[in-house]
Amino acid sequence: MTTDTISDVPAKAPLLDSLRKLLRQDSGLVPVLAALVLLVIYFEIRSSVFLQAANIANLFTQAAVYVLLAMAETWLLLLGEIDLSLGWASTGAGMLAGIYTNVQYGWPWPLAFILGLLAAVLVALVSGFLTVKFRVASFIVTLGMQLVIQGLVIYELDKVFQGGGVPVQDAVLRNLIAGDLTPVWSWVFVVAVIVGLSAITVWKGIRRRSAGLESVAFWKVALRIAVIALVGVFLGFIFSVNRGSFVPVSGIPFAVPIVFLLVGFYSFLLGRTKFGRYMYAIGGNAEAARRAGVPVDRYRIYAFMLGGLTAGIAGLMLISQLGGIASSSTDPSIVLYAVAGAVIGGVSLFGGRGRMVGAVLGGVILAVIKNGLTLIQLSGPAQYIVTGVVLIAAVLVDVLGRRSQQLAK
Amino acid sequence: MSDTPILELRHVSKSYGSVKALTDVSLKAYAGEIIGLVGDNGAGKSSMIKTISGVYTPDEGEILVDGTPRHWRSPHDAIAAGIETLYQDSGLAPDLTIGSNIFLGRELRRRSLLGRLGFLDQRSMESQAMQELEKVGISIGAAKRTVSELSGGQRQAVAIGRAAMWAKHVIILDEPTNHLGARQSIEVLKVMKAARDRGLCVLFISHTLPHVLEVTDRIIVLRLGRIVRDAPTSEFTVESLLGTITGLSQ
Repeated sequence: MTTDTISDVPAKAPLLDSLRKLLRQDSGLVPVLAALVLLVIYFEIRSSVFLQAANIANLFTQAAVYVLLAMAETWLLLLGEIDLSLGWASTGAGMLAGIYTNVQYGWPWPLAFILGLLAAVLVALVSGFLTVKFRVASFIVTLGMQLVIQGLVIYELDKVFQGGGVPVQDAVLRNLIAGDLTPVWSWVFVVAVIVGLSAITVWKGIRRRSAGLESVAFWKVALRIAVIALVGVFLGFIFSVNRGSFVPVSGIPFAVPIVFLLVGFYSFLLGRTKFGRYMYAIGGNAEAARRAGVPVDRYRIYAFMLGGLTAGIAGLMLISQLGGIASSSTDPSIVLYAVAGAVIGGVSLFGGRGRMVGAVLGGVILAVIKNGLTLIQLSGPAQYIVTGVVLIAAVLVDVLGRRSQQLAK
Repeated sequence: MSDTPILELRHVSKSYGSVKALTDVSLKAYAGEIIGLVGDNGAGKSSMIKTISGVYTPDEGEILVDGTPRHWRSPHDAIAAGIETLYQDSGLAPDLTIGSNIFLGRELRRRSLLGRLGFLDQRSMESQAMQELEKVGISIGAAKRTVSELSGGQRQAVAIGRAAMWAKHVIILDEPTNHLGARQSIEVLKVMKAARDRGLCVLFISHTLPHVLEVTDRIIVLRLGRIVRDAPTSEFTVESLLGTITGLSQ
């Protein structure tokens, strides 16, 4: 039966074929990782400070906001939607957490955090509802929503504390970025991550092999584990060095494990559960998903809400990093970094393709560009230009990938 | 072949505004037969399959599955009743693997505690998908490849395989051989025969009359929303079928 069946695998030159395959399939994170490594090498050559402990720690905390924003937008892009209000929603969430933990209100931090996150989710819920219910492009709905939130946030910021903005006064809020794990816990975290990731990789291979399915080559598994261990140990050492100028500072910033946990959870949702499967199905072919019985509209709204929630968390990091928000320090363009980070990380603008880890790398690339250019005294305008060029390159990779996929049909 | 039709339409009519798409259509379809559904563009083929598969609700008349009157509120109801439809544009999610596509909407969870936490049983889904596809005559290699990596013919094979695998009673194929090469078309016809031999009722919609004549047991000809002929395939030739479709000769 198997010899006489539908199949038309073309016999082509193996090199050409694998090149085509690389372009056509989700070639994974290879181009993103390559870009990141190149950027790191370049900046290390240009500035000897780049890979020093203090700067690496700085880089990681800078990256936290970008990474979280890119992850937030990834939920939308995966479905072929976009949420332009995420930037202001995140600023608003951070602002609310800042206001209500302030001595004037004195709320306990969990309540204030939840309030901020709820506000961001609510905004996203409204956008999602309007998009789904009235079948309007999410681009327009969220563009309008962005202006509304921008107005509300700036009004509120100018009103509180006589226009002085919201300072961060709560220790927990400040320590999201400024606080560190103790050196011992830092190593515990590093080892746990290395062991955990390696175990998952090995376990997956064993399960597949025992089920008689094609499995990843052994050397690939070994290489992956080696890279994870190497990077982990390197960062462990970097973070255990004293990087303070006046008082000793060491350990991994709290932001890192927080982002890590969130990435792990989201990746699990997307890769291992029905929920994630439906997200990809809707993004790739909404009609097919609907016919297969997927409640498409409900999942679209879920995606908006997860985007809002993640943007809210980014907002907490944002205000923690800035030490407070005033209307003059708000940045209307952060939502563009959210989209840029996701797309640079290989999340397709057309829906259906992309991974959370990609968004993380995209966010890190944005942070590296900003940080590196500042070190070589090319901040401001140069940062816009370089980010723009990298973004366009990423979009081209996405579009070319799509096109060769369509040609293959 | 039992006496109760597995699928029956009784006096079904459907119109969009002033346009009558279907007028008083009645048919009986039995398990284990392939029925060809032919007609010119606008004859009502699409309206008919969309009514059967739950995309449209008929204005008048009723649909019976295995002798019981049924009412579809959505395509999902028809699927639950054992009627699978393969539309012209294949209903696959390009970025999911073959296995995931086969199980889309019917995902399996792991049977351990992890399953209760939401872990899917990817392993079982992939190996079952392979086995089931081979049962209906389709071998596509590894189930782990995404659909976007497949050629047009392979995609169609996966789509047909999915429909054939899940259909309990009726499988509706709308132009399944469109855009396929000669060899692949023959394979598709084989899959249809295999489905019939497993006791399914196959509704085959096509413009390619030689295919229809080759594979079907019975042919239903639609013209302007009405059934104008319903007869065993042996009573037709390409010429007489063409004449019936166009209405130039009966």
